[in-house]
Order: sequence, then C-alpha cells, then structure tokens
Amino acid sequence: MTAGRFMGQAIARSEDPRLLTGRGRFIADVVVPGASDAAFLRSEVARGRITGLDVEAARSAPGVRAVYTAADLNPLVHQTSLSGMPDAPFPPKYCLAQDDVRYVGDPIAIVIAENRYLAEDAVELIELDIDVQDPVIDVDAARDGKGDLVHPEIGTNTPQVIPLFGDPDLEQAFADAADVVRDTIVMHRYVQVPMECRGIIADWDPYGEALTVWSATQSVHEVQAFLAGLLGINSNKIRVLQPDVGGGFGQKMMIGRDEWAVVLAATVFGRPVRWIEDRRENLTAASHARDERMDLAMALNGDGTVVAIRGEMIENIGAYQTMGSSGMGAFVAPFLTNAYKIPKVGFASEAVYTNTCGKAPYRGPFLIYAVGIEQLMDTAARQIGMDPLELRRRNVIRAEDLPYTLPSLQCFDAITPAETLEQAASMIDYDGFRDKQAAARDQGRYLGIGISLCVEPSAIAVGALGTEAAVVRMDYSGKVTVLLGSSSTGMSVVTTMRQVVAEHLGCAPDDVTVIQGDTAATPYSAGTGGSRSAVLCGNAVAQATIELRSKLTEIAADALEAAVEDLEVDDGRVFVRGTATKGMTFAELGQLAYVGHDLLGPGTTPGLEATHRYKAPPFTFSNACHICTGEVDVDTGLVRILRYVVSEDCGRMINPKVVEGQIFGGVVQGLGGVLYEHMVYDDDGNPLTSTFVDYLLPTAAEVPTIEVGHVESPGPNPLGVKGMGEGGAIASPAAVVNAVADALAPLGVTVSGSPLGPKQILDMIAAADGHFESTSS
Amino acid sequence: MREIALTVTVNGDRLSRTVEARRTLADFLRDDLSLTGTHLGCEHGVCGACTVLLDGDAVRSCLMFAVQADGAEVTTIEGLSERNGELTPIQAAFQAEHGLQCGFCTPGFVVSAHAFLEEHPNPSDEEIRDALSGNLCRCTGYQGIIAAVKRAAENGRSS
Repeated sequence: MTAGRFMGQAIARSEDPRLLTGRGRFIADVVVPGASDAAFLRSEVARGRITGLDVEAARSAPGVRAVYTAADLNPLVHQTSLSGMPDAPFPPKYCLAQDDVRYVGDPIAIVIAENRYLAEDAVELIELDIDVQDPVIDVDAARDGKGDLVHPEIGTNTPQVIPLFGDPDLEQAFADAADVVRDTIVMHRYVQVPMECRGIIADWDPYGEALTVWSATQSVHEVQAFLAGLLGINSNKIRVLQPDVGGGFGQKMMIGRDEWAVVLAATVFGRPVRWIEDRRENLTAASHARDERMDLAMALNGDGTVVAIRGEMIENIGAYQTMGSSGMGAFVAPFLTNAYKIPKVGFASEAVYTNTCGKAPYRGPFLIYAVGIEQLMDTAARQIGMDPLELRRRNVIRAEDLPYTLPSLQCFDAITPAETLEQAASMIDYDGFRDKQAAARDQGRYLGIGISLCVEPSAIAVGALGTEAAVVRMDYSGKVTVLLGSSSTGMSVVTTMRQVVAEHLGCAPDDVTVIQGDTAATPYSAGTGGSRSAVLCGNAVAQATIELRSKLTEIAADALEAAVEDLEVDDGRVFVRGTATKGMTFAELGQLAYVGHDLLGPGTTPGLEATHRYKAPPFTFSNACHICTGEVDVDTGLVRILRYVVSEDCGRMINPKVVEGQIFGGVVQGLGGVLYEHMVYDDDGNPLTSTFVDYLLPTAAEVPTIEVGHVESPGPNPLGVKGMGEGGAIASPAAVVNAVADALAPLGVTVSGSPLGPKQILDMIAAADGHFESTSS
Repeated sequence: MREIALTVTVNGDRLSRTVEARRTLADFLRDDLSLTGTHLGCEHGVCGACTVLLDGDAVRSCLMFAVQADGAEVTTIEGLSERNGELTPIQAAFQAEHGLQCGFCTPGFVVSAHAFLEEHPNPSDEEIRDALSGNLCRCTGYQGIIAAVKRAAENGRSS
C-alpha cells in the first residue's frame, strides 16, 4: 500500500520533547492551590468483620485536616451503575468498607492532611479491630456453592455464568473425530503495571456546586459520567482534565472505589483533595488481570483438519472487578476459533468472586481466545505427529475464504492470517531453525520454537464505544486545532492525528495542534483503549478534515473566482490547478472567513470549522503472527528468548514507528507475563508480590530484539486502518509458551499455560522425570 | 519532626534549605524545588524513574534522604536539558528511535543513559542492555530505548 505524504511516514513524535526534558506534567505534578494529600487505611486481611474502628487519634494528629470512614462517605454515594449495565450487581454501592473487609487492600478510611507524610503518619494511629474470617481464595471452592460468599448480599460467588451453548451437533463431531485433543490452558494472575500509579485530584466548588477533577485516566468522559452518577449532579457541572498519564493498559479505564472516596471526601471537606497512589497500593489494591483457565477440546479428522472446538472458561475476578473484565466470556465466545476455519463451536464460562484484588481490563482482556487455541494447536500437532506450522497451514483462513463468517456469525472480510503466517515463518527461517534445533539436541541443549496467530477484534465499537468525534477548526491565522475526546496514555495520538489532518488538508503536521483529555473542550468520547484510536479517532479526524477542506475551497473559490473543482490544496495554500501563482494562503483565507466575511459570496457561511462523529462497525479485525525461538536451561529452569518475529496487518499504517511501538510493548508485556510476572497470594489471601522486588518486570537485559514485518491490507473504513494496540499482548503469551513446550517436549514435559518461571520449569522437568521413571520401572 | 539544615547545589544553583530528616531527596526535588521531571514509580529503588546524578553518579533519589545530599551536586533531568528548545544528543536519539511512549519512565532513562555514556562512550549492545536494566519501562518493550542509546553513542563517536 502506498504511503501518503504524511500518512504512513515514520514522523517523529511531537509529544516527545516535553517528556524528554522533564516538562511532562503528570498527575503528581499538577499543582492545585490549597490541595491536601490523602492516604488510605486499607485492610491487611482478606476477609473479616470490622468490630472496631476509632479514628479520633488520627483526627487530632499533626497536620491532619479530616478523616472519613464508611459512615461519613457511603451515605453520599448516589449511583454507581454503569451505562449499559444498570442492573449489574457491580460496582458496589459503597466506596469504603462498611462492616467487613473483602480483600487485602480494601479501603477502610481516608485521611486528609497537609502532606502525604503526615497523612500516612495519621493512618498508623487509626485503631482497627477485625474479626478475621477464612477467606474465599480458591476458585473451585468459591464456585461450588457450598462455602462462604465473598459478597453475601449478592448471594452467589458466580455472578456471571454462560451455560454451555453452541452447535447442536458438537458432541457428534467429537464422537466422529479421528483425533480429539484436550488441554486445560491456565493464565496465571498478572498485572497491568503502568509505570505511573493511579492518582486523582478533586476540587469541589460548593457555591456553584461544580466539580473539577484531574485524573490519571484513559477516559475523561467516562470519569465525568461516572462521577455525575456517584454525586447525583449534572454531568455538565463536572469538568475532568487528564494530565500526561504514565500508561494505563486498561487499569485506568474506570476509577476505583478509593478514587470515588477521594471525590466524595473533597465534596465534604470543601477544599481540594489529592491522592497519589503508591506502588504497593497499585500492586495490591488497584486491579489485577488474567487469572483464568479454559478447558479446551478440539476434534480433528484424519488429515489434521480441525472440525470442532469447545472451550469452558473460568475467570477469577477477585472481589471488586470493574466492567470490561468482569465476565469476559461474552467477548471470548465469538472468537474462540481465532484465525482458523472451524465449523463447530461450543462455549461456556463462569466469572468467580474471590477475596482477592478485583480484576480490570488489561490489554486484550479477552485474549484467552487466542492464548488457548494457539497452545492447543501445538498440543494437537504433537499428539497427531504433525509439525505445528503445517497444522496451522491446513486450517488457517486464507484469502480465498474471505469473507469468512465464523460460527458466531462474526464476519472476517479483510484479514490476512495465512500471509502473516508465511511471512513470519520465512523471517525466522522456520525450516532452518528445525535443523539447528536437532543439532542442539544432539549436544544436550533444548531449543524450541513457538507460533501464535491472532485475529484481533480491534476498534471495539459497541454501545458508548461505538463512535468518536473530532472538531477540526482553522483559526483566523490559518492554523488548525483539533478537539478530540481521546485520553491518550502514551499512544502517540497527537502525532498520528496531526499526520491525518496534514494528509487530508494539505498542510504540515506542525501547523496542527491536537487538544484532548478535557471534557470542557472536547467532544464526548469513550476514551483511549480497546485498540480504538486509529479507526475511531482517525476516521473522525479524517472526515472532519475533509469537511473543513470543502469549506476552505468554497471560500477560496469565491475569492479566486474559480470553480471549486479546479482548486487544489497543498502546503498551506489553496490555488487554481495548473496556475500555482493564483492562490491564497490559509492565513489569508482565515482572515476572510472570520474578519472579511462581508466579502464572502451569498450562501457561503463564515468561519472554518467542521465536526464529524464517526460510527464504526462493532469490530475492525486486524491480525498478526508471532513466532519466537528460545532455549531452556534444564539445569536452572531459565528460559532465554533467542529470536522474536512478528508479521502483522493493521491495514494502512498512519505511522509505522507508532505501530511497531505498540507491538513491541504488547509483546514484552506478554513475554513478561509468561516468564517473569506473577501476582501471588498465599492461602490466607495475602499478596506476596507487593513490590518490584517480588513482582518481576522484564528489563532491557531480558528482552529479545523484536523483528517486525508488515502486511498491509486495507481496513473496511474510509481511512483503511485497523487497530493494533492489543494484538502484541494477545498473540505473545502462546508464542512463548509454545516455544518452551517445544523445547521441553523431548523430555516428556507437557506445558499447559503459564507462569513459566524457573521454579515451574524445574518442577515440570522433575515431574516428567518421575513419570518416565515410574512408567519404565 | 526534626528539621535539618542542608546546602546543596542543584542544576548549578547553590541552595540552602531546612528539611525534615525523613524527607527523601526525590520529594525535596519535586515538592520543595518544583523539579517535577524526577518521577516516582515505585519509591523502593527498583524502577529507576527517579534517577538523578549525585556528584556525577546516577542514584535513586527515592532511596536517599535529602539531607544525605548535603554538600553535593545534584543534577536532574531539567539540569541535563537545554532551555532553548533544542534537544541534547541523547534526547534527540530517544525521539529519533521512538524510545518513549507515555514518557513517565523517560527522564530516568535519559539520566541513566547520560551517566552510562559518560563512562562508556563505546558500549557494546550487551553493555547497553545491562546498563539500562536498572530502569523499568512498560510501553516500549525497550526496543527504541536500546536503539536510542546506541545511536547516541554512535553520534558521540562521530562528533
């Protein structure tokens, strides 16, 4: 696909200079005069009844300005239901723990003080008595219906159950199959970990009954809408501003109970309150992710054609999940067949409460659809004695199959999984690696290769997420300002949208300013997440720019006494085609539109502004193939990734460096999740990995060089783009797991998911050894 | 809480202040001096976002008390930056290689890279990766960061 003059170019990010020189302004850098700092008393037990709570000593501690508990703030909660899910049992109708605590980290009291040191000192003075109860930690114990309830008032630990449904002939397909392959794929609990923790500042104006909030959020309008319900005030009395945000990855899509408490406290306190979360809180009390498993079964006929798949999924959603990752089953079910032609599907799922930190979306929150089947493909390949690349070639959706309607009735019309499979296999020299692998095995070294395809349901556009709008405005001096509802947390939205405007208007990206992250300035938006920016924002900006260009040429046509059809726009000028000297600059046209409007022709409206709200289809499918090679040290259990290649198709690229940056970040989050990151609870519900000393993130020393190949097939929208924000994270876990499984297969080790830290690997090798010994003796 | 007198040179300015003994150097820089380019990502010395130079050495300002910097020279990201709109060679290399996305960890990486390249003007890829392993980034997968430090080293050699 040919790149445009600005679209498709690896233009340097305009966000960078401020951020590189320490001039970024993140939530902890925002100065609001008179703000006090908040700190929370949180539960140190997973489940128990509060039998005593005395905050008097804290209230009279130095520098303390207020202390609030459930008794003070919970009665102020008006409404916490979410748009689209008004009857859901979550979120709860309270912000602070009232009579009992339900996970370690549950907020109990909020202290407001002159500074954070004094606020934390005062937290230590609160006297809390808790009658500790046995927590509900094990998912299977939680769901059997016989034990304790995490939320007694809800009456069940399984708030969202999708009973098995699917093709009526599913069981017959399994009965008739030449081979049936089964596995239980586990994704352990790991965490979003934005480098910046959460934070919020609330400033209540009691005279105007208006609220100003600065929030480290992925969606200012979502925060506004939620707070309007929480406080029971009109949304237009609330202004939410987003400062620079240090990553979100889904964790900052919604605000949590502690953040509600900050806002409610500010309304009672009557002066601004600021809360900056610390890392221990972020790791233990913000939100967690993954922690799910799926029993998968696949039926194949004799030549390796997959004819049916069944998935039964269990999710541990903790105590207080946020919408988006609660009951992901409905999002997993339609895509269970991933990139393959599988005619018969069955699916069931259950979301389960436990006394652990709640679940929030994390980059590809529904990713087990791909993580599951991609591991099962390798298990199947080993079971039937076929190479996993060949098994994929036999089943992958090909160009000639398009449009391809899935059993779920979702339709793939512009994807290229077969092309990316071949490109990735070629990039990594698949056959050559198999030769090296055999040679290494002769030397007692264990190398493996793992493939993972994904078709990413990008640009999620259902309900409130279905549209995005842009206002594109040229001022009297010919400079362009774009008002966009997005709330970028590092996705280069400013740079890419400047490119879209420049391409469609005929000016330089530097002539364009993009304003986002302010409810007072920007159109309603669902925020930045769900791989939506390129498709939703990109098309909104492009269409609004095209409309602005029409107004511009209409005014120029009057002034130049030329027909609109004969005009061209380039380099900040409108001119008559073929007569470049006969033209006007944007600055001259701006003057005419705003100042010299008496000179405009009859019927020509003054001003230069266009608004377009773009509605996208529910999903825009992108796709990718990841292949990695690795070596497992069977003495230490350490996995080293040798090479990592990605072939991806996100349609027309706005900025290839931005696309690759999204892929790199997603891949390393997946790789880190499988190999290093593990949020561990003990049997009493204590989080054991509450610092970066225990919760291990990948560093520059561990990550491989990631090689990226592009296949560009146009997306089904005017701009031809597809989303790419989550695919890196969706495809990578299975690629890494499959490489490890392939490396260890000669030892008789079977791998079913993650984590795959050194301990787990040594345990699996030991178990396989034992198995071999016991079966051979 | 006991207050202690402190004299320190920060980004070339010699300052005398009185601070609580327990005040961290990071909080002193951020809150007392409004040098908010130094970021706090973990406050337990792992993430490296708060890295500053103390007498030329890269240190974690969250792990030090401000009073421990008495008599020292502290250089923050602001002190390593020009004020004329020009990026330094290391910063320009980060922009050219897309070595940042959200930008929260970035000042720490730039400070670490500065200290590293001062001592290792001709680093190997392996040395670059090791040197950067004390700073965490969640957006870039480190690809652009490693490339940026390599580019900055190469540019340093050619200039």
